[in-house]
Amino acid sequence: MKLFKNLLASVKPHFEEGGKLEKLYPVYDGFATFLFVPGHSTHTGAHIRDGIDLKRTMITVVMALVPALLFGMWNAGYQHYLALGLNDSVSFWEQLGFGAMKVLPLVIVSYAVGLGIEFGFCVVKKHQINEGFLVSGMLIPLIMPVDIPLWMVALSTAFAVIIGKEVFGGTGMNILNPALTARAFAFFAYPTFMSGDKVWINTSLNEGQSVADGFSGATALGELATTGDTRFEAMDMFLGTIPGSIGETSTLAILIGAAILLYTGIGSWKIMLSAVLGGITMGLIFNGVADFMISPEQQGFMSVPYYEHLMMGGFAFGVVFMATDPVSASQTSKGKWIYGFLTGMLCILIRVFNPAYPEGVMMAILFMNVMAPLIDHYVVEGNVKRRKKRLKVKTA
Amino acid sequence: MSDLIKIKRGVDIKLVGQAEQIYATVDQADSFAIKPSDFNGFKAKLLVKEGDEVKAGSPILFDKNKESVKICAPVSGEITEIVRGEKRRLVAIRILADKEVKFVDFGKADPNSLDAEAVKDKLLNSGCWPLIKQRPYNIVANPERSPKAIFISCFDTSPISPDMDFVVHGMDKEFQTGIDAIRKLTEGKVYLGVDAKTNPSSVFTSCKGVEIKKFNGPHPAGNVGVQIHNIDPINKGEYVWTLSPQDIIIIGRLFLEGKYDSQINIAVTGSEVNKPRYYKTRTGASVKNFLASNVSDAKLRYISGNVLTGTRINSDGYLGFYDRQITVIPEGDEEEFFGWISPGLNKFSISRAMFSWMMPNKKYALDSGMHGEERAFVVTGEYEKVFPFDIFPVQLLKAIMVRDLEAMENLGIYEVVEEDFALCEVVCTSKIPVQETVREGLDLMLNELGD
Repeated sequence: MKLFKNLLASVKPHFEEGGKLEKLYPVYDGFATFLFVPGHSTHTGAHIRDGIDLKRTMITVVMALVPALLFGMWNAGYQHYLALGLNDSVSFWEQLGFGAMKVLPLVIVSYAVGLGIEFGFCVVKKHQINEGFLVSGMLIPLIMPVDIPLWMVALSTAFAVIIGKEVFGGTGMNILNPALTARAFAFFAYPTFMSGDKVWINTSLNEGQSVADGFSGATALGELATTGDTRFEAMDMFLGTIPGSIGETSTLAILIGAAILLYTGIGSWKIMLSAVLGGITMGLIFNGVADFMISPEQQGFMSVPYYEHLMMGGFAFGVVFMATDPVSASQTSKGKWIYGFLTGMLCILIRVFNPAYPEGVMMAILFMNVMAPLIDHYVVEGNVKRRKKRLKVKTA
Repeated sequence: MSDLIKIKRGVDIKLVGQAEQIYATVDQADSFAIKPSDFNGFKAKLLVKEGDEVKAGSPILFDKNKESVKICAPVSGEITEIVRGEKRRLVAIRILADKEVKFVDFGKADPNSLDAEAVKDKLLNSGCWPLIKQRPYNIVANPERSPKAIFISCFDTSPISPDMDFVVHGMDKEFQTGIDAIRKLTEGKVYLGVDAKTNPSSVFTSCKGVEIKKFNGPHPAGNVGVQIHNIDPINKGEYVWTLSPQDIIIIGRLFLEGKYDSQINIAVTGSEVNKPRYYKTRTGASVKNFLASNVSDAKLRYISGNVLTGTRINSDGYLGFYDRQITVIPEGDEEEFFGWISPGLNKFSISRAMFSWMMPNKKYALDSGMHGEERAFVVTGEYEKVFPFDIFPVQLLKAIMVRDLEAMENLGIYEVVEEDFALCEVVCTSKIPVQETVREGLDLMLNELGD
């Protein structure tokens, strides 16, 4: 601790006014406040403060993402060896190790590019480095397919940070969820790397290896969209031993994260609950009308039990970690209920009805991000009207 | 409307250093001060100069805009110093107190036999008037108005606050007389808000000519703003006045004894006070004697008032005009190594992101640290948990920040004052200076629209 303090003290003069690296002061400040919460004491208003700050909030969310990350790493290895028919002969650690070798570079690239750009903006704009990207940087790799080239991740991240966030004024000012902005960019710019049945499982071969007979790399939703049926059991989907984006497959790991977010009070239970209710509602509606569909694929997809919808694709991940982003979600209580419910419904609606996108979560959340200010506007207007009515009743 | 009103949202912050219910004695303060900054919206003009002799009740300041409103000396003695700050702004008027207080005689009177104008004149001349605060804006009441109602909160729910029942004990007569006087000032009702969780003092419950409402809930249930909001909210163009019970007693004494006797009972509290006790003194007293050899050796934060809304003072500073409490807590200006990831067992939080949630009944010795840096609004739904108003706090604050008067009015700025937002400020993840912002908004409205 003394060591860090001395180190910071020794380099500080370079970053202060007149120093060689004066322009990089925000970078110094970012590192210094990362090591030491500054000893500021209250100067106006209340004399005591809650122990929480934005760093603490963000790190709690990152902690909540860790189960999904670890499971995603293992599953990347598991799926790889499954495709090669080798799972009987490799250990758990080999599966995890293979996955880690694939996933960690994505995480590193995402953080390096994102934080690099944030630092750059802070230096130019001369403001403090914000913590928002700590979470986005972890979310981005978790919603990508495991085989996506690193440069695509870099480019998507850059797009998300610059166009999705910094042009609006940085953390707290963005309209769209930055991580989903990155995914949307990759999805539309490089569709062949982001969808289909080749991208979800790494099938790179070493000498003497070959892909197992009858192997298919399609996700559950991909199969449902084309054939109206899927080979995956509900239990596989819950545990997550299925192909998909890195962090989204295991509903169980995501639920652990959800429990952390809800228990600490950092994630909005209103949004999570209402989104699940919205998903269930849409699922039940589809179950009810499935028989009236003409094509058997449509019938098959629509009769998927509503609870399986909650475990397939990115629904759970999106609802727990993306829809609840406080900056891009609705900010009022009533607004959160409406926003969450519609997000849940749209996820299932787009997923079932739009053949171009086998998964609807990304589109649904981005669309509702755009709608959130409108929802809030009407909720707040309701409050204003109530106040005006009170006055009218009085004077009448 | 039922007489019991439940307040659901809010939080009681449990702190170490609640005052024991004993009156301790120390040498009476020999120095008193009047600080113009205690009075919002008051354009102070001096009526005395250094070296003048004054009596308790002699006018010291008057308001340039409302000349009848005067602030009077709490004790008799000599004006020793007129402290000025930047641009010759008045900071404080210090009075060296006589051993025996000499009072200006305003004459005894039975408020029931006086009319409103006579009561008003008496309050204005004696210096009791500034005890009455007006909402909107949280300013000294404008004597040209008649408020729609007067509200008195008879309990204080803020952390380690003085026990209101204890400090008014035995002053039934003064309280009733004070109530009789201020009742003359409004066409509407006088409301007393009492605590439903305890057995309120008979001073309040047997008081006549008032309407008693019970409140049950965590802080800020004892804030008069919350009580107004639940009883009869303030609409555009309406005015209400508020007082605290000890102010009523000072007014009662004026009518019973004919003098401005600003004697009050204060609590000296906080984790760094060795023996937190109650003391008897007068408004504006120097805090030196209460704290001498009664505080710890750490680096300390001295507060006139409570930890949520009080004013920072020095160890030889003065009690604010409206403050009935002195709080001493540790100064929190130490850097914390990886503070944002440490368990946080000694940090209070309404979220469970600090592991102090494992000890729900823990009493904290919180310091004055910010525990983080200021950021843009990110987390939502946080203020609403501790803000029991039908008002959107964040939206209102944003309207203030962009100085949009119409939006401020629509979102309910007339109903709130700084103290109502104190808990929002405490729990804010982004460390936004909330109370300061609310004051800016109120001042802006006041300047544009007048009181």
